[in-house]
Amino acid sequence: MYELVKFIPFLPLLGFLILGLFGSKIKNEKLIGTIATSTVGISFIIAVSIFMSMLNHTPEKPVIVNLFTWIEAGNFKINLAYQVDQLSILFTMIITGIGSLIHIFSIGYMHGDKSFFRFFAYLNLFIFMMLNLVLGANFLVTFLGWEGVGLASYLLIGFWYDKKFPGYRITWTGDAANKAFIMNRIGDLGLLLAMFLIYLNFGTLDYQLIKETLVASSGTLAGGGLITAIALLIFLGCTGKSAQIPLSGWLPDAMAGPTPVSSLIHAATMVTAGIFLISRNSVIFALSPTALSVVAAIGAATALLAASIGLVQNDIKKVLAYSTVSQLGFMFTALGVGAFGAGVFHVMTHAFFKGLLFLGAGSVIHGMHHEQNIKKMGGLKKYMPITYFTFLIGTLAISGIPPFSGFFSKDEILWKAYSDGNIVLWGTLALAALFTAFYMFRMFYLTFLGKERFDHHHVHPHESPATMTFPLIVLAIASALGGFLGVPHALGMGVIPNVFEHWLDPVFEDAIKIIGRGEGGAVHTSEYLLMIFSTVVAIGSILLAKKFYSNSNWTTPKRLVKNFSFSYKILDHKWYLDNLYYIGFVNPIFDASQKLLWKFFDVKIIDGIVNGSAQLTNNIGEQTRKIQSGVVQNYALLMLVGIVFIIAFMVFK
Amino acid sequence: MSILLLVLFLPLVGSLSLLFFNRENIKAIKGYSLVISIITFVISLFLIPNFNSANPGFQLVFDHSWIPSLDAGFRIGIDGMSFLLVLLSTFITPIAILSSYDSIHKKEKEYYFMLLLLQFGMIGVFVSLDLFLFYIFWELILIPMYFIIGIWGRKNRIYATVKFFLFTVVGSLFMLVAIVWLGYHVGGILKAQGIGHGFTSNFLVLKEYASKIDLDTSRWLFLAFALSFCIKVPLFPLHTWLPDAHTEAPTPGSVILAAVLLKMGTYGLIRFNIELFPNASIEYAGVISTLAVIGIIYGALVAMVQTDIKRLVAYSSVSHLGFVVLGIFSMTAEGMQGAIIQMVSHGLSTGMLFLCVGVLYERRHTREISEYGGIAKVMPIFTVFFAIAMFASVGLPGLNGFVGEYLTLIGAFMSPVLHSFAYSIFAASGVIFAAVYLLWMFQRVMYGTNDNVANHNLKDLTKNEYFMLIPLVIFIVWIGVYPKTFMSFSENSSRALVNKVMKAEIYKMPTLEKK
Repeated sequence: MYELVKFIPFLPLLGFLILGLFGSKIKNEKLIGTIATSTVGISFIIAVSIFMSMLNHTPEKPVIVNLFTWIEAGNFKINLAYQVDQLSILFTMIITGIGSLIHIFSIGYMHGDKSFFRFFAYLNLFIFMMLNLVLGANFLVTFLGWEGVGLASYLLIGFWYDKKFPGYRITWTGDAANKAFIMNRIGDLGLLLAMFLIYLNFGTLDYQLIKETLVASSGTLAGGGLITAIALLIFLGCTGKSAQIPLSGWLPDAMAGPTPVSSLIHAATMVTAGIFLISRNSVIFALSPTALSVVAAIGAATALLAASIGLVQNDIKKVLAYSTVSQLGFMFTALGVGAFGAGVFHVMTHAFFKGLLFLGAGSVIHGMHHEQNIKKMGGLKKYMPITYFTFLIGTLAISGIPPFSGFFSKDEILWKAYSDGNIVLWGTLALAALFTAFYMFRMFYLTFLGKERFDHHHVHPHESPATMTFPLIVLAIASALGGFLGVPHALGMGVIPNVFEHWLDPVFEDAIKIIGRGEGGAVHTSEYLLMIFSTVVAIGSILLAKKFYSNSNWTTPKRLVKNFSFSYKILDHKWYLDNLYYIGFVNPIFDASQKLLWKFFDVKIIDGIVNGSAQLTNNIGEQTRKIQSGVVQNYALLMLVGIVFIIAFMVFK
Repeated sequence: MSILLLVLFLPLVGSLSLLFFNRENIKAIKGYSLVISIITFVISLFLIPNFNSANPGFQLVFDHSWIPSLDAGFRIGIDGMSFLLVLLSTFITPIAILSSYDSIHKKEKEYYFMLLLLQFGMIGVFVSLDLFLFYIFWELILIPMYFIIGIWGRKNRIYATVKFFLFTVVGSLFMLVAIVWLGYHVGGILKAQGIGHGFTSNFLVLKEYASKIDLDTSRWLFLAFALSFCIKVPLFPLHTWLPDAHTEAPTPGSVILAAVLLKMGTYGLIRFNIELFPNASIEYAGVISTLAVIGIIYGALVAMVQTDIKRLVAYSSVSHLGFVVLGIFSMTAEGMQGAIIQMVSHGLSTGMLFLCVGVLYERRHTREISEYGGIAKVMPIFTVFFAIAMFASVGLPGLNGFVGEYLTLIGAFMSPVLHSFAYSIFAASGVIFAAVYLLWMFQRVMYGTNDNVANHNLKDLTKNEYFMLIPLVIFIVWIGVYPKTFMSFSENSSRALVNKVMKAEIYKMPTLEKK
């Protein structure tokens, strides 16, 4: 059964090759869409059947499926191998499941695009690489996927390469694609160095071997500089891929890509790769309390920072992008306080509701003839009822309103942060959650309710076709009910088990043991209080958003912008992070390379020496040539001088 | 008759026989050269079944006496280090000839004569097992290359070709002195034993004795050889001839220069510096690796600010070859293997980048990045090929560039002679800059809107261009996915060399510590 795992990535690869090589010959959009979707769909079915057999008979240890030796030199040997365990199969199901839905959605969304086949080829390539990332049995296979999804993301962000895209120092969609790839590469440097350190110290890059070695020698390694360095370098890689401070800037600009891409890659799957990688190496992180604190702090800071920027965005996709960055921050905080299960649980619920919200946004953009500014929308409810209803479910879920899925996962994280004893972490996240509920409903009101602010002559909003609404409905159901897979102990009362975390127990038990913090005691009072508190806060900010934006003059928000113009400016400029990077790094490096290294060092110094010595030779030749004057008397004179010199030399030697 | 001899001499026979062609019959000249180069390639493939990867030593050796008084012989043979480079030379030449079809429009007869002569020289360099012979081939290459740049090059070709010539000649002079000294020294030892006439250039003999030369002397010899090879690589700060040579050379010239000629430098470092002077190599590993790492970053940064596409790719070579040198001087099997596969990879991906630049140049006759933009719209298929070449150069896993970069870095990381992680850490930062300069160039050339009227009607790839690009793509992916096919040839030779060096270190350790 487990051997079948190799087909899971292979099928999307096949789809990519077929569409990439022959796609331009296939004129039929339906056929292209079917090829692309079915490869991912079949992979999903295989993943589910592997999952089922794991349910029936849980393997003691992760199953490793070897394909072939990839790189071998000296003593270094890496296999292309896949690891089947609870964690990888869970991610595989999320990727192929949501991936299939988004493929179906794209058939409708991309209808009529001149590069229809190219889009689906790239999507299949992405799925293939993402599956390598999560299924890899060693760091290098994961790294193959890690870079591969970066490539797919690059290709898809710049998919409409001749389209302009506004942004700081960004003119074209291609600039946004470059920014994404390059910022990711900065993180990748960390990951590369982490791999080198691991190989050097443990002699392997296989996850399972590393884990076993670490568990066996956890006493000597715990808290040491080596393990902290490795963990922090891995985390640097994660900040790139999962858009955390300081490498968070690329994700909002990645919205330059078609909306299904934003949904699949930049919300549901790829950006959670960082959470996956830390979960996969939970033991490494568990051994370094320092690294865990850094992860938690960065996560919480990012959650709040991105949420605050989300408050002032007017582009429907940008709002969602900042909320993604913020939600990823929640997940990292969970990992940072050792609540690995809760973090992964939020990955799943977030994949449901954020995938849904982005697709909903895609449906809106589709219906609004590519308008993305929510201030130019309003009243879409009556034109797009299905989109409206499903979007509402997504918005409730992300805002943490019970019993929608986001409530369970987010409150789990808040509770774990609180019970970790870190009140600052908890407060930061709670504030971020408050912001989230507010800006999400702000967007919701501006888009679907209130006065119709678009130009009726040019824009005729309409509901999207069934290929697009079907995925919305499926994801809405998942967003509404998905939370019940991971009901917190306090709510389950021992009757409803936390199926989700129980499933992941084998993956994280070693790490949890090392951290030495089990499931909290029986006292649930404070947990109930926190739940009630956060629900009240969420409802409060929803009401506030309603009050602000249901009246069409927006008098209160306008007044606030005026009274707090300084804060508004900071938020509007995204805390000036992009500016800072350019002034601090990009410009100096660029100027130094051009003026100092190239124009001065290469041209003046090195070539100066070379050309100078050539010139010198020339000049010497020029001068000595004059001696060869052809006048015999001069030669005689020179001979005489020479003889005198020689005699003088012999005499006075 | 030995296959190796055939592979070596067929290009020479081809080039000489071209002289009998009527210069007006350009079609025949082109066709004949292509056929000769393809036959050479096919024959070279027969080396594979005749090559025993398990044997780390020289194989298919052919030894014929030549100048007995100097014990200079016509000695050729291959081992794991040179095997792939011979194949690379025979593989790249037909592609370079194909690309010449579009880019060379004058004095075709002389041109193809020079090109095949160049191939003869390249293969000769990689198969020589005699320093005298090696030196002849080494210098022979200068002549066709000098003319290829100087006659068929662009505007500033004379400056570029003279610069290329002078840089290389200065280096080779020191090497010649070292060869002569070494020949007399070892020859003297042998004569004392009653063998020979006091001089030898037999590499197989020299390598037995050279490693026993005292450290002070071998330092000087090491430096003399290294100077010559490092100019060729080119190692920072000896690199400034390369951007000029590349920019002014015609496309096929750049392709061969990047794909094969630069590898003569790195090959020389492995074959002669490390093998003949292991102690000095260990002593200078730090210095040379430092220059390599500086080159990696420096080349990338300067590439970033170029406005000329060809110059940009040329500087990227400085950066990529830095990884090769770093791998070699890590003195680990991982680094050595990485260096060898990186040589091949760089040949393929940078060769392909130059071909892609050539495709653009043939259509627009400019290399200025600002002249382009939105080309993807009119040349969608070319875009795919260009992107593959670019990502191969960026070092994306799954494509060829990653394997070599990764192994050289890991080699440097665990190197017993480079006592610092700093080399790897700084070198690894090169992966960021590689993405910056290549992606940025690609964005400006291929993406955006096609605003320049001159670019509105550019034709997509011709059949000819397909034929030269597709073989490269195949190997770029092959090496990326299953490098074992290629790396197994050099595995044992690399191991053996590293073992020899590390044994030498143990033996000489006291001298090193005394210093």
